[in-house]
Amino acid sequence: MIPLLSVSDLSVGFGRKPEANEVVRGVSFELADGETLAIVGESGSGKSVTALSINRLVDFGGGRITGGSIRLKRADGSVLDLTSATEPQLTKIRGAEIGMIFQEPMTSLNPVLTIGTQIAESFRLHRGLTGRQAMAAAKDALDRVRIPDAARRLKYTPNQLSGGMLQRVMIATALACNPRLLIADEPTTALDVTVQAQIMALLAELKRETGMSMIFITHDIGLVAGIADKVMVMQNGEAVEQGELNQILDQPRHAYTQHLLHAVPHFSSGRATRSDGQRDKAPDAGPALKVDGLVVRFPVKAGLLGRTTGAVHAVDGVDFDLMPGETLAIVGESGSGKSTTARAVLGLVRATRGSFSASARKAASGQSARPIQMVFQNPYASLNPRLSIASILAEPVIATGGRATAETRAKMTTLLKRVGLPEESLERYLHEFSGGQRQRLCIARALMLNPSVVVLDEAVSALDVSVQARVLELLVDLQREFGLAYLFISHDMAVVERIAHRIAVIYAGQIVEIGDARSVLSAPKHAYTKKLIAAVPTIERRRERFELDTRQVPSLVYPLGFEPGPAKWEQFGPDHRVRMEA
Amino acid sequence: MTYLLRRLAVFPLVLIGVSIVVFVAIRMVPGDSITAMLGTEAGLLTPQQRDALAAYFGIDQPWFVQYGRWLLGLVQGNLGISPTYGKPVLDVILERFPLTLELALLSMMIALVVGMPAGVFAATRNERLSDLGVRIAAMIGQSTPNFVLALLIIYTLSAGFGVLPAMGEFSPLWQDPLRNLGQLILPAITLGFAFAASVTRISRSAMLDVLSDDYVRTARSKGASARSVIWRHALPNALIPVVTLSGIEFGYLLGGAVIVEQIYALPGIGRLVLDAILQRDYALVQGCVLFIAFNFMIVNLLVDLAYVALDPRIRLGER
Repeated sequence: MIPLLSVSDLSVGFGRKPEANEVVRGVSFELADGETLAIVGESGSGKSVTALSINRLVDFGGGRITGGSIRLKRADGSVLDLTSATEPQLTKIRGAEIGMIFQEPMTSLNPVLTIGTQIAESFRLHRGLTGRQAMAAAKDALDRVRIPDAARRLKYTPNQLSGGMLQRVMIATALACNPRLLIADEPTTALDVTVQAQIMALLAELKRETGMSMIFITHDIGLVAGIADKVMVMQNGEAVEQGELNQILDQPRHAYTQHLLHAVPHFSSGRATRSDGQRDKAPDAGPALKVDGLVVRFPVKAGLLGRTTGAVHAVDGVDFDLMPGETLAIVGESGSGKSTTARAVLGLVRATRGSFSASARKAASGQSARPIQMVFQNPYASLNPRLSIASILAEPVIATGGRATAETRAKMTTLLKRVGLPEESLERYLHEFSGGQRQRLCIARALMLNPSVVVLDEAVSALDVSVQARVLELLVDLQREFGLAYLFISHDMAVVERIAHRIAVIYAGQIVEIGDARSVLSAPKHAYTKKLIAAVPTIERRRERFELDTRQVPSLVYPLGFEPGPAKWEQFGPDHRVRMEA
Repeated sequence: MTYLLRRLAVFPLVLIGVSIVVFVAIRMVPGDSITAMLGTEAGLLTPQQRDALAAYFGIDQPWFVQYGRWLLGLVQGNLGISPTYGKPVLDVILERFPLTLELALLSMMIALVVGMPAGVFAATRNERLSDLGVRIAAMIGQSTPNFVLALLIIYTLSAGFGVLPAMGEFSPLWQDPLRNLGQLILPAITLGFAFAASVTRISRSAMLDVLSDDYVRTARSKGASARSVIWRHALPNALIPVVTLSGIEFGYLLGGAVIVEQIYALPGIGRLVLDAILQRDYALVQGCVLFIAFNFMIVNLLVDLAYVALDPRIRLGER
């Protein structure tokens, strides 16, 4: 029996001398009909390059296959080595025999063409359909990925659809001509966790329907558990371990696989929460941050004179308090208002209503009068590349009217050492640092003013999983050492479980559930929290089937002057409240 | 629709602003229209005669009174009478405008027909020899002054082939299309040359950006051919900067191309303005500048509407 795909000793290089600059070295694997192979690795491991080499898209990114072979069993039974295939041969194979979906559905569809045109193109290219026939086929393709109201949506352009919908459109396009191999390159990384669950469910169902083979590329070994038959783990351009799914998950042999499985945050339903909560130990100390009835609305304008006709209720009556030395995680999906809450607390957006008080504690010496600092998501975009590290660290001091004195410099050195960067970094520039190191710099910058509260807005989301684990450890250490209070904004339940003492779940601008982390994660009460937690992929629930669900998030636009009714809360246990559903 | 109304509502404000500036500026230039009109004979006028003439043309009043009168005429559709031509200003401008419009359109056509394919071609051959060739040609095109090019063209044709560009009385398109084209093609090439060079450069860089976008990779993953990727998927996304540039250049060309009109002896708007300034024909200068400003605003509006047609993500009037 000839396998559908057999890759042997594949090497791929980039640049003018690809042989000297190989990013994939000697990778071999086989894929049988109907089988799913997961390729797992961190950024730079070569997993995407391996995938792009199979349909030779790597050529267009400046890459070249420097060795090995990729043998594909074609529909007519002949076997073709794709490494030596001509471009005309390849255009016949791409889309028809090998489909591919990508990480960013928002940018992977052509913004100026309707989705109907884009799906129909596959039928034009490989089935010779034209005009109305091609459009009818495109409608069927949309139906197949369970997009409601497909006939009307064909005329939409990508900007009119959400990320989850767009990824379905991508899947419809890739599967239009029933390819026998689908390459999925991190297809859910850019999506919310509940949307991710939808897409995974869809892929699993389509795979059962069509019997296609799949190569699924991901950095999240937990996600693999639900869909793969075989796993290949890649590190630094080499396949370090491969085998059957259960064997890899239960008896990993290579040290790196073990590291991925154990050192990296995986969601475990509240069993890995922290136990150093401060709340009950010092009940009389005042909160480091208290937020009362926070409301943020953005006006909706329309008409000739641009009158305000309504308001987007981005944050609608949020209250919480945050004790010194405590982490409150705010979790929710994109558009839920979690980042707006953080930005309002920092004064980066103006609150429509509500009050805050942030108190610098007298007890800890050297607390600043400006007690809130922040760390943002993307360490590549949130640091100025033209400034030396010393200037970056001096910036908060200067911005608050201070001067960079010898004392400031001494503090920089201490903090650099504390976050695990070498002292001599001060005179260097950003490009010499990796993503994880940059995020450490951001943390050091936030600590320059001795804040009592640090707002961490998706602070580890952009980092590779193993780097993520180390930065989380650092954050916990710093919290203990300086008694910092963290407001930790995240969509990632596994990360939240590791760092939060308390969790607030935010949905459509409102907190729907708040309380002790273990209690919320292990026994969620609100329907939305339950859905959110059920959507998190875990290794334990590896054979659970994903269910399809197409409910929509409610609109946040309300007419002018609309006020939601007062929230009713139900208490579960000493520190766990749930908003009653209307 | 509301957007269009809002944009059109701004037009009068801009035009009033422009007209005040021109009104004051031209009157600050030393010399007056009577001297300019009569030449040395103006010296023979008695002060009374001079005053009578000034009163006749209305230039004895302070500038704001003159401006008020002129504005009053304007709302009634009357731009005033040009002393130099003895005709209503609007008639004089409209006589000259078809030539300028035709010349601008021809130049833009040449620029787009030559520039876009050249830019796209260079982008797909990035960093290869042919790309370098196109880039050097574009650089030369952009840095050659158009009077040099005009003279070179005339010289080569007359000395090398004994052909002279069609001169003499300008014949409009609707009277004698062939002769009209003969008169305009060389000036259009002269103006279109640098224009084409700019279009080449901007389409090349826009295409290079777009070709590395994710959706181009998607198109390839579907099995689209190289040609379809370029023309169907990439080019429509690369058009916005090309449209912006073309709009600006076209707007300038509608204001007349003084030097080229002079060299090819064409009676366009450019020469009209120049002569009007030299003659201190206040009414005509004001009329021309207003007309040019109006054209510019129309072109800008068309460019903005073109954005919407090209890119569904752009929605006008959103703040």
